[in-house]
Amino acid sequence: MWSLLQIELYKIAKRPRTYIAFVAIAAIAFIFQFAFKADGASYLNLMLQTVSESFDLDLKKSMNGYFMCYIILNTLLIQVPILVALVAGDAISGEANMGTLRLILTKPVSRTQIILVKFLASIIFTVLLLVWMAVTSLFFSLLIFGADDMLIFRNKGQESMILQITQDDIMWRYMAAFAYAAVALTVIAALAMLLSVYAENSIGPIIATVCIVIVCTVISNMNVPIIDKHVKPWLFTSYLVGWKGFFYIATTEDGLPIKGSIENWAAIRNSLYILLGHIAVLLGITIFVFRKKDILT
Amino acid sequence: MSVLLEVKNLSKNFDGFQAVNDLSFTVNEGDVYGFLGQNGAGKSTTIRMLLTLIKPTSGKIIFFGKNLAENRGEVLRMTGAVVERPDLYKYLSAYDNLYIFAKMSGVKTTRKLIMDQLELVGLAERARSKVKTFSQGMKQRLGIAVALIHDPKLIILDEPTNGLDPQGIADMRNLILHLSRELGKTVIVSSHLLSEIEQIANRMIIINKGKKIVEGVVSELLDPAKTVVELETLDNAAAFDLLKTSSWSGGLELSGKYIRLHMDKADIPALARQLSASGVGILSLQPRHSLEDYFLSLTNAENHVEPVTN
Repeated sequence: MWSLLQIELYKIAKRPRTYIAFVAIAAIAFIFQFAFKADGASYLNLMLQTVSESFDLDLKKSMNGYFMCYIILNTLLIQVPILVALVAGDAISGEANMGTLRLILTKPVSRTQIILVKFLASIIFTVLLLVWMAVTSLFFSLLIFGADDMLIFRNKGQESMILQITQDDIMWRYMAAFAYAAVALTVIAALAMLLSVYAENSIGPIIATVCIVIVCTVISNMNVPIIDKHVKPWLFTSYLVGWKGFFYIATTEDGLPIKGSIENWAAIRNSLYILLGHIAVLLGITIFVFRKKDILT
Repeated sequence: MSVLLEVKNLSKNFDGFQAVNDLSFTVNEGDVYGFLGQNGAGKSTTIRMLLTLIKPTSGKIIFFGKNLAENRGEVLRMTGAVVERPDLYKYLSAYDNLYIFAKMSGVKTTRKLIMDQLELVGLAERARSKVKTFSQGMKQRLGIAVALIHDPKLIILDEPTNGLDPQGIADMRNLILHLSRELGKTVIVSSHLLSEIEQIANRMIIINKGKKIVEGVVSELLDPAKTVVELETLDNAAAFDLLKTSSWSGGLELSGKYIRLHMDKADIPALARQLSASGVGILSLQPRHSLEDYFLSLTNAENHVEPVTN
């Protein structure tokens, strides 16, 4: 299995399209960093319009590396599913398109092993993407903007609020958020791989994955009571941004943040269970379908 | 000579289309076994079933005395194959492709092993070149190196000369003969060209519309003194049962409204006499020129039945 995984990773590493995702992430992060370095104050002023009368904030200190990373992740973690689909959607269909699938399947390796190895390789790719995202959006932002306490702007119902997290309480939250994002993106990888089993070229499953994510995201953002109650809780897209939960710090009755706390750990845990459930079901269906499939390409 | 592969009553149905129909044949150890049929006859479907790429609707495949369905991994470790085009990772070098498939075959890879295989197929000097720069013939040879890397007992080549120029076809033919004669491999080669099979195979099967037409030793099947006889009677089932127990049972097959026999031309009067004596009502008895003519008639016109001309 380890040997097969090495082969799979080697094949992914040798394909130029693999690096599109890394270039795209670096480009987005650097554009944000450049824009905020040039005129971040205007952005902060805009965000603080509603709360500036209640708080006395030092804009210069607020515009730090941690804050910057949070802004970038807010944007990037919506786009990254597309990048994950680029690799996972190609896993089986790409081999079918090249004609190598039939050669692989004439080797003494079971179909289940092939799916598991390709899935593991997709997870590793996803984790590497997130590590790269951490390097470009967190560490480079810290280098450029420095470190300080972090402000989080949060809309809770009709209420807007600012949360302040001290800088010695931030790094673990980012690590946890990236780990959560890895699980959420693995759902996308599992979905793309399932679609990949049905296709004979990579474009179809990649586009289909993106379309499913878009449709489900729209449903997740709809405010219709029946959907809220019966559909949203089961849609993986309802949990893609669950990583933010690690930054929603619990507060005392006086409204003071409690260091090292999370406001709603149970919600994060439930989100993770549902995401892991999606992964198990999608992967199970993929293995079932692939084992039954006649290879005609 | 021991039986290496035994196919029993193999069938494959794709949503109502019968691609392979009750096909049975055996391949002996050391054979170069020709699998002959026109395009769409069911050769590739059969080969894909032998390699577990397609699941049979019914029937049994027994490799090395073991049922393929239950011993897939073990059987595939002893089998190498090139199915249709030799598609490989175009963005990788010949060496890398061979390394990857050697690893997948469970081979302990060394540089020497890989270079030896590339040497065998004449690609050692292009070991580090990317496959996308290769000609069709070079890709075909690399495909064979991939099939051979784990030293299999049986090699299955599906239309290995497709898309090759005359020199490439000659090289491929020599390579197959080398594998058989020098390395002692058993080879199954499919083709739609009788001349190709005739030059390399010692035994062969001809299939049409997924059904076996005839199976046997090439030199005997293509013997000009032999012929294929198509027989139509008032009760084909009874006539077929009668012939099954006779001396003509070797190349016997019931196909549609005809019974086909592969037999000596000189025995045709005796056949007619026996059938008449047994009370079989003969509607027609049509000998053909030869197996080659018969195969060509299949290739030229589907379902065309030639009249008696000799």
